[in-house]
Amino acid sequence: MTTTLEEVGAGVRDEPLTIADRTFRSRLIVGSGKYRDSEEMVQAIRAAGAEMVTVAVRRVDLDASKEESLLHWLDPEEFFVLPNTAGCYSADEAIRYARLGRASGLTDWVKLEVIGDQATLLPDTDGLLEATRILVDEGFTVLPYTNDDLVTALKLEEAGAAAVMPLGSPIGSGLGLLNPVNVRILKDRLSVPVIVDAGVGTASDACITMEQGADAILMNTALAEAERPEIMAGAMRLAVEAGRLAYLAGRMPRREWAVPSSPLGGMLS
Amino acid sequence: MISDEIEILVNGQPRMARVGQAVSELLSELELDGRLVVVELNRQILRRGELSEVKLEPGDRVELVNFVGGG
Repeated sequence: MTTTLEEVGAGVRDEPLTIADRTFRSRLIVGSGKYRDSEEMVQAIRAAGAEMVTVAVRRVDLDASKEESLLHWLDPEEFFVLPNTAGCYSADEAIRYARLGRASGLTDWVKLEVIGDQATLLPDTDGLLEATRILVDEGFTVLPYTNDDLVTALKLEEAGAAAVMPLGSPIGSGLGLLNPVNVRILKDRLSVPVIVDAGVGTASDACITMEQGADAILMNTALAEAERPEIMAGAMRLAVEAGRLAYLAGRMPRREWAVPSSPLGGMLS
Repeated sequence: MISDEIEILVNGQPRMARVGQAVSELLSELELDGRLVVVELNRQILRRGELSEVKLEPGDRVELVNFVGGG
């Protein structure tokens, strides 16, 4: 698939996104939750051009009439499936869910969430660090969902995280990137990829996030709760690529006062 | 009277199983595909190859999980 970057960014050489030992052409990672139905989900994911898709681990619903399994729609041959530990409130619980996800036989990667507060879904960074250390020891490739705090991110990197995933704003809030400065600080100081996870509400949020130098974005609700998810997914794909291009291009400095764009000389007397 | 049934917990719900019933037989009874479901028995994950070997015991806590949509 040709990306916009290749079409308009003549001479711009972008590296593919590399996390641990895998490379991805798309810098847009998407979740599979909250769509109205599975068909709508897979159409949106394809329109987003996403290669990596997150999934949750839950009890089989024994009362439900036999529905198609999620993996019937999300073919692991087409998408790289990334299990999460959403809904876990302690390191032990998150580790249990991570192991269940790995037992699927699909992957030893995990998007690690250890939540510390129900209303904000902010991470419990102590539990997150503890779980990261243990899972890295067990051979997992760990992508922790964290806040946008540099010190925590450095500790996660030190603990062996393959990427860090700071929030742009709370999960499902659609408030966009509340603190662009922190993303730039993280990018400046970390060696592992910085993937902004959560908070994007619409395309401009994605673009602004990528303009800060984020390596990728993970989003779910912005697509699933759009009136037309497939079209929003297309917009997000373009926005991520536009933001990436703008970052690579290097923006002009901000100034408080006007500077004319036309020559001062040559005016009529 | 000797009963040939035992009570177990499946996803938190009480359920009767047969004495000596293998976990794989429980899955077939529930019409679940062992390739798409991960089984945890008393907090221990069972490998696919173990499903037909491990027999259910009274009071066993069985968790059957799969992937669902999530972010």
